Amino acid sequence: MSAAAKARPYKVLITKVGLDGHDRGSRLIAAWLRDAGMEVVYTGPWQSIGAVVATARDEDVELIGISSLATDHRLVPKLMAALAAAGLGQVPVVVGGIVPEDDEAELRAAGVHAVYHPGIGRDEVVAGIAAAIDNARLVSA
Amino acid sequence: MDRVMPESESSRSAEDCRQLCLPGFDAAEAKWREDFARSAPRAAARENRSGIALKPLYSPADWNGQRYLDDLGFPGQAPWTRGVHPSMYAARSWSQRQLVGFGLPNDYRGRLKTLLDTGLTSVSIAPCNTFMRGLDADQVEPELLGTCGVVMNTVDDVATCLADVDLAAYTLNLGDNAPFTLGGYTFAVARRRGVPWSCLAGTSNQSDYLSLFVANHMFYRLALPGQRRMLVDHIAFMAQHAPKWNPLSVVGQHMQQAGATPAEAMAFTLCSALQYAEDCRAAGLDLDAVLPRFSFFFDISISFFEEVAKFRAGRRIWSRLAKERLGAKDPKSWRFRFHAQTSGSDLTQQQPLINIARVAVQAIAGIFGGLQSLHTDAYDEALSSPTEEAARIAIQTQNVLREEAGLTDVIDPMGGSYYLETLTNEMEEKILAVIAKIDAAGGMYKAVEQGLVQRMIGESARRFQDEVESGARTVVGVNRYVVPRKEDRRPPPLPRLSKDALEGHLRRLAAFKAERSALRVAKALDAIAFAAEHREANLFEAVIEAADAGVTHGELCAKAREVLGDGVPLVVV
Repeated sequence: MSAAAKARPYKVLITKVGLDGHDRGSRLIAAWLRDAGMEVVYTGPWQSIGAVVATARDEDVELIGISSLATDHRLVPKLMAALAAAGLGQVPVVVGGIVPEDDEAELRAAGVHAVYHPGIGRDEVVAGIAAAIDNARLVSA
Repeated sequence: MDRVMPESESSRSAEDCRQLCLPGFDAAEAKWREDFARSAPRAAARENRSGIALKPLYSPADWNGQRYLDDLGFPGQAPWTRGVHPSMYAARSWSQRQLVGFGLPNDYRGRLKTLLDTGLTSVSIAPCNTFMRGLDADQVEPELLGTCGVVMNTVDDVATCLADVDLAAYTLNLGDNAPFTLGGYTFAVARRRGVPWSCLAGTSNQSDYLSLFVANHMFYRLALPGQRRMLVDHIAFMAQHAPKWNPLSVVGQHMQQAGATPAEAMAFTLCSALQYAEDCRAAGLDLDAVLPRFSFFFDISISFFEEVAKFRAGRRIWSRLAKERLGAKDPKSWRFRFHAQTSGSDLTQQQPLINIARVAVQAIAGIFGGLQSLHTDAYDEALSSPTEEAARIAIQTQNVLREEAGLTDVIDPMGGSYYLETLTNEMEEKILAVIAKIDAAGGMYKAVEQGLVQRMIGESARRFQDEVESGARTVVGVNRYVVPRKEDRRPPPLPRLSKDALEGHLRRLAAFKAERSALRVAKALDAIAFAAEHREANLFEAVIEAADAGVTHGELCAKAREVLGDGVPLVVV
């Protein structure tokens, strides 16, 4: 963990947008990040884009993780636009879950920082999120 | 709770074994122990997913058939361990039920026709997430339409889906929960086609709201008390008008997919069944009129022997609970009939064709476990909704197992195995221990309201994933035998619904709303509100009439929520 993180723990929002409610993945990721010393804001599923933007702003999170099993990730480009419009364009967004390759390209083009597929290891997720936040902190410093 | 099984018999078994007059047993066993320790000095202790310690070998010291009639009996006889029917697959194969749902009603109709021609014997409708959430297609973001489950909103959409299906000849499986609009639409379509409801056979297979609330927040449209009330109405209606229909499928599949161990999933499911039976009794229903139509739905993981034992133990426990705790008199009330689906969470996105082998192994476990109906997953389900080729392979896998492999030649073919019978007894103990925990919390409804079940599932999911992380648990292609990503084969992406097709559907929905009688719709919605407010009315009856009057699913759910409250997920981290 970097010196910056020791001074101030990483603060991450883990959530689900859209219609699906499967939360095994989001609960697991939230637990892993907490174990790694991060502060996790966790919401239930079914969040609207407006609700995610509001939570991200109110809680002042440094990264947003969207968990998707049943194609709800297709809303993420709209989320990216809404974040930018709310002045939160600098907050990195990662997506994890079942994301077909064609859709991944679309998410990347919309500015999504990373897409995590099933089978990814804990260390890779934790390190990837920490690096994304470190980078965002450097940019904003 | 009432004791439903005798104390562990392991010590007595060893004694029995000596009495079996197996001269030399002790000496031979001792020699084997020595030989084993010498040739495999570092053999690791093994444990199954439910946390049962496994020995390297089982023998008559563990199980010897002395209690055959008490523990096993014959198929179709108490305690039903060997199967719910005397003839099992000799008389009738299991139903080949595949979850089908994608695109628009016409797309669904086309896919269903292909699958029926491949040998599908049971029709299932998986509605899209919009429908699950109780919304119409014109109420959600267009990006989410037609990607997962079939888009439908009206009785006309269901009529299109089922246009090629003889409703009296196939069993129908509706992915639906309160307020049971899909059931209402189907029953309205049957009446229009002149098919009596008494001829309809099928299952409302997402009617177990507790499992949905706990495990995946799907189909969760009403607050818990409203769900509770509507399920009892649905059961009461079917008992009176459609006696061949299974209004309740008690689901362990969601909970196991969410991370519950096989023993936990079985225990929670049995606790839900007890809860629903008690709710029916409290509403004045005769249990022997409703229990024979309770059915169950489980996940089949790749933990082969554990799954076979889970099903055999579940059958035995339910028969005793139904008879001894619930006091049901009709032997049909004691039968544990179940549908099973191969586990999607055991499938990998990496090297997806390996999933065909995984699904075959899972399916065999389910068949040896004595299932009545089977869904085999398509190999590409870890990537997207199934492609047509993958869906066909999944059905052909069932055909291979049934007609080439000879798995159905003999009933309960693994019965009598020292290992399997011991494991069945041990799984039973594990399951009963979890049931006792839920009983102590005041039953399943209360345990779920408190988040107890959710926490237990979360802990098990975590433990499982930590084992994968540490390498203690092998997942081929993920943490062992990995191939580089660029060498990995990927199935083609599922085509997206075209913008034109989607707009056409939304236009048809608008036209449907414009053409119906506004007065009839208003009256039908009033009748929904009235029935929801009056406990003595049957709410499902009002739903069928609303379906016929042209009420859309979104309108119906909104009206039901006004009176019965909105379903809001309980967040348990």
